[in-house]
Amino acid sequence: MSIDKTSASPEDHVVENPDAAPQAVTAVDPRLLVREQGFKGYITEFKRKIKAGDLGAIPVVIGLAIIWIIFQSLNSNFLTAGNLSDISVAMVGTGMIAVGIVFVLLLGEIDLSVGSVSGVAGAAFAVLTVTHGMSAWLAFVLAILTGTVAGAIHGFVFAKIGVPAFAVTLAGLLFWNGFMLQILGDSGTINLDSEGLVAKLTSYYFTDVAAAYGLALAVTVLYFLSSFFGNRRREAAGVPSRPLSETILRTVLLAVLSFVVAAVYNQYKGLPLAVVIFVAVLLITDFVLRRTRYGRMIFALGGSVEASRRAGINVEMVRISVFAISGTFAAIGGLFIASKIASANQGAGAGDLLMNAIAAAVIGGTSLFGGRGRTWNALLGVLVIVSIQYGLALEGIASPVQYMITGGVLLATVVIDAITRKTQKTAGRA
Amino acid sequence: MSATPVLALRGVSKRFGAVQALTDVELEVHAGEVVALVGDNGAGKSTLVKTIAGVHPIDEGVIEWEGKSVTINRPHDAQSLGIATVYQDLALADNIDVVGNLYLGREVRRYGILDEVEMERRSRELLTTLSIRIPSVRIPIASLSGGQRQTVAIARSMLGEPKLVILDEPTAALGVEQTAQVLDLVERLRERGLAVILISHNMADVKAVADKVAVLRLGRNNGVFEVKTTSQEEIISAITGATDNAVTRRAARSTGEIKK
Repeated sequence: MSIDKTSASPEDHVVENPDAAPQAVTAVDPRLLVREQGFKGYITEFKRKIKAGDLGAIPVVIGLAIIWIIFQSLNSNFLTAGNLSDISVAMVGTGMIAVGIVFVLLLGEIDLSVGSVSGVAGAAFAVLTVTHGMSAWLAFVLAILTGTVAGAIHGFVFAKIGVPAFAVTLAGLLFWNGFMLQILGDSGTINLDSEGLVAKLTSYYFTDVAAAYGLALAVTVLYFLSSFFGNRRREAAGVPSRPLSETILRTVLLAVLSFVVAAVYNQYKGLPLAVVIFVAVLLITDFVLRRTRYGRMIFALGGSVEASRRAGINVEMVRISVFAISGTFAAIGGLFIASKIASANQGAGAGDLLMNAIAAAVIGGTSLFGGRGRTWNALLGVLVIVSIQYGLALEGIASPVQYMITGGVLLATVVIDAITRKTQKTAGRA
Repeated sequence: MSATPVLALRGVSKRFGAVQALTDVELEVHAGEVVALVGDNGAGKSTLVKTIAGVHPIDEGVIEWEGKSVTINRPHDAQSLGIATVYQDLALADNIDVVGNLYLGREVRRYGILDEVEMERRSRELLTTLSIRIPSVRIPIASLSGGQRQTVAIARSMLGEPKLVILDEPTAALGVEQTAQVLDLVERLRERGLAVILISHNMADVKAVADKVAVLRLGRNNGVFEVKTTSQEEIISAITGATDNAVTRRAARSTGEIKK
């Protein structure tokens, strides 16, 4: 159409051309299925998302429900407050490592060294406090920094020298495992002070009933206020906002969930410190990824390295820092794992820990190909894995079967991911 | 049209090792003017654009920006002058939505936090003034058609409020309707008083939106034509260097025969 206009009237090549002045059209394609306002619009939008394969966390939540129902029918002790509380404390170690893995997966890379790095952190803390008599807080910080440094080294070799991440971190896996065995020395196992700082991480419970309910209330109120005022701002700026009914529905769902969880904890020993720390970490990392410039850089890098570079993003800096974050969370996870057994031993960080952490991130819904995922995925995924471990342990089923079942679940998740990606492609959303 | 060109290249040369990519190239672009840069593959179009965009610094010659001589050594220099380049491969992140891509690398922040509301409001404003139609500013780039992506990429270049926009083959691989959309957008850039350099292989596009056509051949100027007064054949013969082609040879032969 424009072709005719210009070639037919060559004389109107002036800057102010009234004919071609931008007409007042909105930036909306007429073919778009416009979302209806109000609550009904929310329901139709939800249905459309399901059809388009935009399932979000739904498959994992359903899977988790099935797992819990199966184990409960096998053993009525599974869904007791005590067992659920134990599961949630046991998952924090692997979960922390999985949070770091989510960061790396968002770049479309992988970190195979997290298991060994977590072992180094636990061993470093044990050696510094027990053997060298260092103060617990200082040793705690140093142990975490060990992970940061290890991760930064991997990131440096990957980003600056260009060695593939899996090769660098595979080397790291061997190196840090050896390093841990070296600093543990001949004794092999160092027991931690059972009343010390690290031991308290998983053994401390807020026994006051008010703690759990108070936290549940605070989370609910904070969520409501932030989304309410967020929407008010959006309305004031004239951009689409959520209807109030949707905000209320989401708040009610969150309230039910958090108060049920609080009630379960209060039936047993109270609110576990480990879970509070884990949820705080998830909230902070989710905020960093979705609301800060740094998080946007990570997503951009996972989508297109070239686009990021041209947008002026310091690609190397982001890569190094993401691996440093992964190492840091591996170290934090390692301290939680050491806390659970109140010792640092030669087996720490070996076995299925690495695979469980990666599987948790992927089962939770983080894409292996970069650019898609949230740190909350780590929570859901690790909940699935630890539930299976505890359920099978209750049944007295040995770890070979446990590995096979966890493997099957991981495969099922990846298959679901592949299928939804296909559906999303046909629906133009991938 | 302003008397001083926004950008003027005077005798620009660039060599890569043994290859003389550009030799004494002259080019002028005025505000509110679309200059099409055409030439065969390997004629030096991309090299020329990269020298302007700061990817390859020039070896000889002068670049004048609004009448003053400037040096452009890095992409950053070009950007701070007010030169925006939209490359052929669009450089958008597929997984991020339209707003995120428009503001990638220059996010609006409030208390250090991404101000999504403000970015969304400004994005809608920008897309509306450019009459760009996309389904929603909150869908990932992956959901958009090729033409829509191209318009988003061009809109992105507008955010830095440039004075000169360089478009590297914006209509390559686009359908009829999408090409029309992009050409409309090029006209809108001109209406807003921007200088535009348009690289294209498509003569129909060039004839449709360009004011002038600058032809490069083997790294040298091979004529600058007014689009209104020049036929497509003249431009093509300047591109191919075919002062003698099949037609002219036949013509020459027949006149020769007549003479004989």
